[in-house]
Amino acid sequence: MRALKQPGLWIYVGGLLIWGLAVLFIQDPTLRETSFTLLMYVGLASSLNILLGYTGYVSFGHIVFFGLGGYLGFYLLSVHGLSLYFAALLAGLFCALIAVLLGLAVLRLRGAYFALATIGVNEAARAFVSNFEPFGGATGMSLDYSVYSLYGGSMKALWLAFVLVWFTAIAVVVASYLVKKSRFGLSLMAIREDEDAAMVMGVRAPRAKTWAFAISAFFPGIIGAIYFFKNGNVEPGDAFRLHMSIEGLVMIMLGGQGTVLGPILGSLAYERLRGYLLVSPLFKSIHLAFSGVALLFIILFVPAGAVGWLRRRSARLRGVLE
Amino acid sequence: MLQQIINSLTDGFLLGFVYGLAAMGLSLIWGVMSVINLAHGPVITVGMLTTYLLFVHWGLNPYLGMLVVAGVGLLLGLLIYATAVHRVISAPHLSSLLATFAVNMIILGIFNAVFGGDQNNVAYSLGSLTIGFLNITYSRLLAALGAILFTVFLYLFLYFTRPGKAIRAVANNREAAELMGIPSAQVLALSFGLGSLLAAVAGSLISTIFPFTIFSGSPYELKSFVICVLGGLGNPLGALLGGLLLGLMEGVIPIWMPTSWVPVVEFGLFVFVLVVKPTGLLGAK
Repeated sequence: MRALKQPGLWIYVGGLLIWGLAVLFIQDPTLRETSFTLLMYVGLASSLNILLGYTGYVSFGHIVFFGLGGYLGFYLLSVHGLSLYFAALLAGLFCALIAVLLGLAVLRLRGAYFALATIGVNEAARAFVSNFEPFGGATGMSLDYSVYSLYGGSMKALWLAFVLVWFTAIAVVVASYLVKKSRFGLSLMAIREDEDAAMVMGVRAPRAKTWAFAISAFFPGIIGAIYFFKNGNVEPGDAFRLHMSIEGLVMIMLGGQGTVLGPILGSLAYERLRGYLLVSPLFKSIHLAFSGVALLFIILFVPAGAVGWLRRRSARLRGVLE
Repeated sequence: MLQQIINSLTDGFLLGFVYGLAAMGLSLIWGVMSVINLAHGPVITVGMLTTYLLFVHWGLNPYLGMLVVAGVGLLLGLLIYATAVHRVISAPHLSSLLATFAVNMIILGIFNAVFGGDQNNVAYSLGSLTIGFLNITYSRLLAALGAILFTVFLYLFLYFTRPGKAIRAVANNREAAELMGIPSAQVLALSFGLGSLLAAVAGSLISTIFPFTIFSGSPYELKSFVICVLGGLGNPLGALLGGLLLGLMEGVIPIWMPTSWVPVVEFGLFVFVLVVKPTGLLGAK
C-alpha cells in the first residue's frame, strides 16, 4: 500500500470530497444537478480509462455497461422492489460478470478489431433490449412514483442519488489510482506497450486484461443504476447511446489517457464546454461542429492530453500529476 | 406465402448491392491504410443530401446527379484525408478513430445548423416492374445496377490503371511501395477519396429508395461495419458479397420473427464472426 503514502491520491480524493461537501452545504438544486452530471462523467471516464489508458484496449461501446447496469438496477427496483443500494451493487456486479464472460471472447481481438467488436456489442445489446419484453421493449420502463417515498420523497431521493454518485466517483478515482500503482497496473501497462513481449516476460495477459475489463465495467453499472433511478424512466435509446460512449473517449483524450487526473480534468472540461456551447446563442446550433473541431485539434496536436502535456513540460509536476 | 418470400428476398437482394457499395468504401480505406473511417456515415449523408438538393433546386435527374455526387464524394474524401487523417496515419488506432469521429461531428454539426433534422424525400418515382407475382420497384433495380456499375469501375480502376495498381501496392506493403518510387501520401489520399466516393454514391442511391434525415447515414455506417466483417476487412469484393448476404438476411429474417429483431441477429452475428474469424467469413486465413 505504498500508493497510500503518495500525495497525488489524497489531493484528488480531497478535492472530490470538498466539492461534494460544498454542494451538500450550499443545498442548491441547480448546483446539485450540474455536479451530478459532472461526477457521473468523472466516474464513467475514469473507469473507462482503466481499460483504455492503462491496458491500451479501445472500447468504443463501453456505454453498454452503463445501459445494462441501468436496466438491471431499474428492473430490480421497480419490479422486485429491491432497495436502491442493493440494486445498484447487484447491477455493478452483474456488469462485471458480463464483462468477464464477454472478455473471454472479445479480449482476444486487438487494436481496431476490438474497437469494432465493442461497437457491435453495444448495438446488439441495444437491439436486444428493445425487443426484450421484461425490460419494457422499445418504450422502456418508468418508475412508479411511490418508490421514491421509501427514500423520503422525490426531493430527498434526488439528494440521495447525488451522494451515491459522489461516493462512486471517489471510489472509481481511488480504484484507478491503486490499480495504476500496483503490480497489476504495471502488467496492464506492459500489455499496453507490447502485449507479446509482456507475455514473454511472464505477465498473464488474458487474466490481467479480463480483470481490467471487469473493473472498468463494474463502476459504469453502478452509475447507470443510480442515473436511471434519478431519471425515473429508462429506454434503449438513452441507455445505449453510442455517442455518449465516444464522448467518454474524448474526455479521456482531452485530459490525458493513462493518467488518474486526466479523465477527471477531461470530463470536467468537456462537460463545462458543452454546457457553455449549448446555452450560448452564438454556438447553440453549431455546438456539435465546434466540439468536433476542438477534438480534432487535440488529436492532431496534443495527443497526450492536458496532463500528459504538463508532465512532459515540468519534472516537478511529474511527482504530483499521476 | 412463397410469393411473399420471393418478393422480400428480391428486395433484400437488390438493396444488398447498395449496402455492399457503401461497405466497399469502408473496406478499401481499411485495406489501404488500416483506418476505420468513423466519418463514413456522414459522407453517405452528403451523398443523399447532394442528390436531394440537385433534384429539388435544379431538377436534375437523381441518376445523372450521381456523377456530381461522385465528384463531391471524391473531393470531400481528399479534404478529410488532408485535414484529419494524414497526421495520425501512423499513430495508434485510437487517434485515427477519434480523428475521423471528429470529422463526423463536424459534418453533422454543420448539417444540423443548416438543414435541421427534417425528413427529406427525393420524389422521383419510376413505378414498378411486375413479372408474374414478382413486383420490383424500378428505383431498387436501378440502384442495384448503379452499385454494380460502380463496382465494375472500381475493379477496372484498381487492376488496370497505374494509380489503381499503386493503391494495391501500398495496401500490400507501404514501405516496399515507397522504395519502388510510389508517392504513398498521394496514393493514400486517393484511396480515401475513392472510399468516400463510393460512400457518397451509395448514399445517393439510397436516397432514391428511402426518405432520409441528416442522421440517416449512421445506420448505414454500422451496417457497413457488419458487412466488412462478414466479407473480410480490407477486401472490397468481399464487401459486395457481404452486402448481398446482409440484404438477403434482412429479406429473410422478417418472415420468421418481427422486423425489430433484425438488428439483434445482425450485430450478434457481427460480434460472433469477429471473435471466431476476424479475417471475415470470406476472408483469407
